[in-house]
Amino acid sequence: MRNPNEIVAEALNAIQACPDLPSLEQVKAIYLGKNGQMTELLKSLGGMPADERKTAGARINEAKQAVEATLKIRRDTLQQAELDRQLAAETLDVTLPGRGLGSGGLHPVSRTLTRIQALFRSIGFEVATGPEIETDFYNFTALNIPEDHPARAMHDTFYMQSGELLRTHTSPVQVRYMKTHQPPLRIIAPGRVYRCDSDVTHTPMFHQVEGLWVDETVSFADLKGVLADFMRNFFERDDLPVRFRPSFFPFTEPSAEMDIGCVMCGGDGCRVCSHTGWLEVLGCGMVHPNVFKHVDIDTERYVGFAFGLGVERLAMLRYGVDDLRLFFENDLRFLKKFTH
Amino acid sequence: MQFPESWLRNLVNPALNTAQLSHVLTMAGLEVEATTPAAPPFTNVVVAEILSADKHPDADRLRVCQVDVGEASPVTIVCGAPNAAAGLKVPCARPGAALPGFEITVATVRGVESFGMLCSTKELGLEGAADGLMVLPDDAPVGEDFRAWLNLDDTLITLKLTPNRADCLSMQGLAREVGAITGAEVRLPHIQEVEIRIQDTVPVLVQASEACPLYLSRVVRGLNAQATTPRWMVERLERSGIRPLLAPVDITNYVLLELGQPMHAFALSRIQGGIEVRMARAGEQLQLLNGQTAELAPDMLVIADANGPLALAGIMGGLASSVERFTVDVLLEAAFFAPAAIAGRARRLGLSTDSSHRFERGVDFGATRQAMERATELLLLICGGQAGPVNETVATLPVRTPINLRMSRLKRVAGVELDASQVTRDLVALGAYVEQQGDSLMVTPPSFRFDLAIEEDLIEEAVRLFGYDNIPAQPPAAPSRMLPQDETTLADDTLRQMLVGLDYQEVITYSFVDPSWEAALDAKAKPMPLANPIASQLSVMRTTLWGGLIETLRHNLNRQHERVRIFELGRVYASLAAQPMKLGGLAYGDVHPEQWGVQGRRVDFFDLKGDLERLLGHALDARASTHPALHPGQSAELWADGRSIGWLGAMHPRLVQAFDLPAVPMLFELDAQVLTKRALPRHAGLSRFPHVRRDLAFVLGLETPAGELLSALREHAPPHVSSIDIFDEYRGKGVPENQKSLAIRVVIQDTERTLTDREVENTIQKLVETALRQCNASLRT
Repeated sequence: MRNPNEIVAEALNAIQACPDLPSLEQVKAIYLGKNGQMTELLKSLGGMPADERKTAGARINEAKQAVEATLKIRRDTLQQAELDRQLAAETLDVTLPGRGLGSGGLHPVSRTLTRIQALFRSIGFEVATGPEIETDFYNFTALNIPEDHPARAMHDTFYMQSGELLRTHTSPVQVRYMKTHQPPLRIIAPGRVYRCDSDVTHTPMFHQVEGLWVDETVSFADLKGVLADFMRNFFERDDLPVRFRPSFFPFTEPSAEMDIGCVMCGGDGCRVCSHTGWLEVLGCGMVHPNVFKHVDIDTERYVGFAFGLGVERLAMLRYGVDDLRLFFENDLRFLKKFTH
Repeated sequence: MQFPESWLRNLVNPALNTAQLSHVLTMAGLEVEATTPAAPPFTNVVVAEILSADKHPDADRLRVCQVDVGEASPVTIVCGAPNAAAGLKVPCARPGAALPGFEITVATVRGVESFGMLCSTKELGLEGAADGLMVLPDDAPVGEDFRAWLNLDDTLITLKLTPNRADCLSMQGLAREVGAITGAEVRLPHIQEVEIRIQDTVPVLVQASEACPLYLSRVVRGLNAQATTPRWMVERLERSGIRPLLAPVDITNYVLLELGQPMHAFALSRIQGGIEVRMARAGEQLQLLNGQTAELAPDMLVIADANGPLALAGIMGGLASSVERFTVDVLLEAAFFAPAAIAGRARRLGLSTDSSHRFERGVDFGATRQAMERATELLLLICGGQAGPVNETVATLPVRTPINLRMSRLKRVAGVELDASQVTRDLVALGAYVEQQGDSLMVTPPSFRFDLAIEEDLIEEAVRLFGYDNIPAQPPAAPSRMLPQDETTLADDTLRQMLVGLDYQEVITYSFVDPSWEAALDAKAKPMPLANPIASQLSVMRTTLWGGLIETLRHNLNRQHERVRIFELGRVYASLAAQPMKLGGLAYGDVHPEQWGVQGRRVDFFDLKGDLERLLGHALDARASTHPALHPGQSAELWADGRSIGWLGAMHPRLVQAFDLPAVPMLFELDAQVLTKRALPRHAGLSRFPHVRRDLAFVLGLETPAGELLSALREHAPPHVSSIDIFDEYRGKGVPENQKSLAIRVVIQDTERTLTDREVENTIQKLVETALRQCNASLRT
């Protein structure tokens, strides 16, 4: 019988020399396998006398345990090395860009409309819509603008060959809504409007939001309150100066133009505000009794206010867009600026 | 309307500077659009006379002038102007003068010392011919400050007047308004009746007395039409934007500006017989002062004589009867034409005149006679001549009836209580007659206010003079009531956001398009044409969103974009009654933006179909069908609830060529309303039993759409089949020609129990039989 210690020494050397897990398993087989050397030693115990067998058996087991222990340590080491190699091999360059689709974006006019609607919805205004090809009655007559009224000339109306027209403002929605709903009413009507005018500061199509509040107790003071609140929230400027100037619209009386302090220069005067420090942002007023008469609303019982604001104008001021025409050129370089 | 501030201040002079006055006007509703100095700033320029102009000893083009600048002795000035000559009066900049852009010092010019500069209009920054020195009239006072003499320290104020304020279209009206706003004293021109020296009149017959309730005329004989219009009048006309022409015309224009009454002077010798004020007759024509020949319509009011129309009443005079340089006798006209009789006519003829602008809005019928006297007075003063009596024809003039202004109503509309006595004072200052009766003010408006007819008109005036700024801005009190939130209708915003999430950029394109796009996309389309398009390429209303999307694609391809994915949510237009909201989309280029980790691949039909299915939240009912704009083999009509809701497909190669596109875009368009309809989710219980999955491969004819097989299987599947889906399509090796193989996944699960093998096999057998019977599809072996 070989000396177990010799075998152990030899086995330990072989184990330490193993470069990887398969060779380690081979070494294990050589020493601890079914026909391995340690196994052979154990088998040889059978031919020994009983008293020797006990001590020899103990020695062999001890030796075997030593080999097994070393084997485990080596296996752990090699497994760890293997895992380390795998992890290293699988390491990504996490700075590479992510994969997949790009992101689209809303048109800045939509974005502005959404914002306007959200603000007015927050105080209970519902959204109403109406047709863009309109009749003379809803666009003019019902709004107290009779045939040949000088205000019609100011509207630069597009007419259809079929006799209708393209609405010049969102105000006809007021009339349509009041015809089918009873007060109290609180609506805004966003949408496209058209004027036969095209130059640096006019596009033949643009967007307006009409607003209407009819109830038993709304007043000019309320109108001022709602619109000042809106402008300050829209621009997120609690200290935004606002002012109301007398003006004229056939469908409101008293009528007013609302100005806000120039958001570009802070009121110091710049090109955008024509050096006045003020920006004209909307027209408004108390609903004219003739408009109520067209829709059978009792003018003694109800009072109302209405307003109409230009969406592109607000978008330009909010996002610093200096050319109205950019909105309808749809240049992706421009539109992508509003992606986030 | 433009006017010189000095003229206004002549009539009313509140203690406010120009900027303050502008602010006050603006805040009273007379918006000041611009204030412009009458002349650019310059100093130390005087009126001078050239005493002598001798050739410079060392320069051919220069002259050495001796100039009287109003001092004891003349000064020497070297001048290069070709028109420098002895006897001329010219502006002279003295040493130390600051002119626009440069300063004047004593300088030696080719050896001669020069003490100042003789100026051209250009050097002073004034309008007028720049050639040579500015020649001043003989009566120019030598030595006087040039600016002061020409009243150049003046400001031109431009008002943007609203159409209701016709009364402010004159200096008198403005002065009255400024007086009412500021409380400053108003000094209106004092007008006297002129002396009647002759008894001539022209007979006047007013046939259209409703359109012309008041017609005044007066003969003036023996005038000199070529008389020089005085400088003060020229200055006021020019600074109000009116070019001086001939003295009698200048005078009527001046009265229009001063009093707001448009007037006309006819050459008396050109009037045959009497004057008729009547409606035009069909077929009548009139050559107007501007040379244009107007075709008159029966709703146009004319001033005519025995031979026909002389003038378009209230709009423009005729050329034949106009005052010329040698006119000696004139007929002056001052009338009140009803706004309704004038409104819109000028515009129809492509005209807009100072006269029609005022008559359309309302001219003060209470001051017509004053205007006639004023014009006569000025005519006699400037052109000489002798005036006849005023021939007046009057019918029923508008009546100003008292309006009841309830203070309680005023408070309700304004939202704040106004003091009745203050309101009374304000309305009186505006020219109204006011009587208080309890809660009410009975207000009779003045003749010059055509915009005060009902209570609201007075409320507006009361609030306007109270000051809009003095009304508090109060947050309104309203009952808190929640807005309805329809959960089965998607908000447009949500739909947009979903598309943005699918990597589509929103665009907004014009609703009117090029008719050629419409024709190219669908030859049968009948887009509604505009009567007055702004350009031929924007002349019909779109019937599809694709035109604008394709144009947007082209615009961006020209700007080097290679991948374009866009959508628009907007209306298309068929008629007044049909203007449905559509969602249109276009995808062009690669599916993904170019990137490191994805193999590039062009977007195709199924990419878009997938996008739409994600948008809808369920499978699309897409049926092979042809659309003129789409590839016949790659287009599908989309269906929902038994009706066609839109189209999806690759652009037809013919159009790809026609639109000159380098590659094929994918297009879709569908009814937005269908997209926004959603079912309310309803929970139906989850099965606790295991499911069984079976994959079946069917072989069927190429001509049978996959959707047909799928529908057939789904329709005939027993209730415990929870889903049937296609997971592969294969054609080629191993499958007979003209056939394809479809791999179908069937998931079977019962909510009540675990199915036996036998039940599963029966179910599969049933599906296989259905496939064979309905679609001639057999199991692949």
